Amino acid sequence: MTGEHGSISIWFFTGILVLVFGVLILGAGIYSLSNPPEHPVVLHELHIDLWWGAVLTAAGAFYCWKFAPSRKE
Amino acid sequence: MLLSFYIQPASSRLISLGSVDITIISIYFAMVLAIGFYLKRQAETGEDFFLAGREMTAWIAGLSFLSANLGSLELMGWAAAAYQYGILATHWYWVGAIPAMLFLGIVMMPFYYISKTHSVPGYLKLRFGESSRALSAITFGFMTVLMSGINMYSMALVMKVVLGWDIHFSIWVSSLTVAVYVALGGLRSAIFNEVLQFVLIWAGALVIPIVGLIEAGGWDGMVARIAKNFPGQDFTHLWSTMGSFQDNPMGIHWTGIVLGLGWVISFGYWTTDFLVVQRVLAAKDLRAAKMAPVIGAAFKMMVPFIVILPGLLGLAVLPFPLMGEAEAVASGGHSYNEVLPIMLARYCGPGLLGLGITALIAGFMSGMAGNVSAFATVWTYDIYRALMKKDAADAHYVAMGRWCTILGVLVSIGTAYLVMEFKSIMDYVQALFSFFIAPLFGTVLLGMLWKRATPAGGFWGLLCGTLGSIAMWAWVKADPGAIAYIALSTHAKDMAENMYRALWSWLICVGVTVAVSYMTRPKPEAELTGLVYGCTEIPSEADMPLYKRPIFMAGIVGLVFLVLQVIFW
Repeated sequence: MTGEHGSISIWFFTGILVLVFGVLILGAGIYSLSNPPEHPVVLHELHIDLWWGAVLTAAGAFYCWKFAPSRKE
Repeated sequence: MLLSFYIQPASSRLISLGSVDITIISIYFAMVLAIGFYLKRQAETGEDFFLAGREMTAWIAGLSFLSANLGSLELMGWAAAAYQYGILATHWYWVGAIPAMLFLGIVMMPFYYISKTHSVPGYLKLRFGESSRALSAITFGFMTVLMSGINMYSMALVMKVVLGWDIHFSIWVSSLTVAVYVALGGLRSAIFNEVLQFVLIWAGALVIPIVGLIEAGGWDGMVARIAKNFPGQDFTHLWSTMGSFQDNPMGIHWTGIVLGLGWVISFGYWTTDFLVVQRVLAAKDLRAAKMAPVIGAAFKMMVPFIVILPGLLGLAVLPFPLMGEAEAVASGGHSYNEVLPIMLARYCGPGLLGLGITALIAGFMSGMAGNVSAFATVWTYDIYRALMKKDAADAHYVAMGRWCTILGVLVSIGTAYLVMEFKSIMDYVQALFSFFIAPLFGTVLLGMLWKRATPAGGFWGLLCGTLGSIAMWAWVKADPGAIAYIALSTHAKDMAENMYRALWSWLICVGVTVAVSYMTRPKPEAELTGLVYGCTEIPSEADMPLYKRPIFMAGIVGLVFLVLQVIFW
């Protein structure tokens, strides 16, 4: 499922980006816990940013590991 | 930061981005450029640059196939249509796409793939000769860069309204980024970025329907709220209001949706528009080429979840009504077109907002990359090599491909500025694009399935179908009452006219092709090998496990499609 010969998989690039975005969103969510926004979004109490950031971080980390260039034959 | 320099005062924009949002957007731009530079060394030959080495797996080709179509204007436009027309907008994702995508994969792909063509005009050359190729290549190349420019301008306008970004900044930064990564890595770079963009679109847009459904109390709660907010109007049924032109807000009859959209327009776009077909031609083998549209269809069926549902949720939960563009400008309110960013701002705080905006930018860039990579291929192989310089070295054509990628982007930018000055051009060019799709489908379909179709029949059918479509459009422009003849009802609206005009132009193309073919000499069967049904040996899949066969997977996707029609009837 890579689609290329002897090169880095697109899924590895995707994993990196999703991981970085996940960490940033998770960080923003944690920051908003201690510094609640002046104008909170609807359903702010669900802390969607924390959940979504965690999901993206986990998915990104998995793809980075699964498609890491060092794991290729 | 450079970006913040161009951002306008908060009062003139819908959404304000924080530093974490701008960081996310900046990282995205850096990543797509990095992929372009990384893949440059793998784009040395024509096969690499224009067809990504023909080594893409079914998944990558399938996601790229879908992503090239999933532009941000498509996301925002159909979310707006869902707010305006309700769930009827879903027809453009289901009946207007799924049957055609499955047909491409199972019936047409073998001929495209086995013929080893590099483009749809290239197939016409093999099947019908040089004149048919020249006609389709020139019209496709011309219209692709014009459409790309229009999309570019529309996107920049959205960024100005939503984020307050300077319109020139949006046009130049996003389009030059696309030019760089496509010119460096060719189709492989475009496809890689499209897969990346596909993931980001889902990651960024999925939050809205999930949180929106929680707020509305699930699907039933949403339907109840819409019924309460808009009594007497039906926004949540797909087919039950389509018995007459007057019963639904689109002013269209089910025959227009099924025959015009579901048959001619949809099949024309998904099976002959080289912008999307090129992605599948890059597949590594015939099975991957057949599976790619099936995979694309499976994901296409889910896209209403992130596009249509936000529009419906807007009807249910927004405390103020959205209105048409002109009314919004006059009253200072918000238009339908803003429903997606409004819902984004409603549920997404810092970070998530940046991801959502990145999804919109990614959508724009994937659509534009699709346009310029298809343009570069058609220009280089079907116009430049066919008509100007036949015997140059492969490296020469690769260099031409790189340069005309940049040229295509610059022409698109020029078109964007032209549209900025003369906005009526937009309506004309969009109409022009629709002129070619339906007849082209007639020509390619007969070419693949009817061996009696002759080169003269193919050419004259394509030409007459196109001219017939232009004539019908001009007739309605000159005399609006003519819509009663074109769309079969005085109650028909623009959407219905487009559907029926496509249907008639397809019939003209088919009729002329058949008539001229019977009057002219067909090609010997030996020359049709690999191009036409009945003259082409298609590899058997009998030794493959059932679950791996494209026809089996297409059957499952088709079954789910039918079940969805019944559920939302």
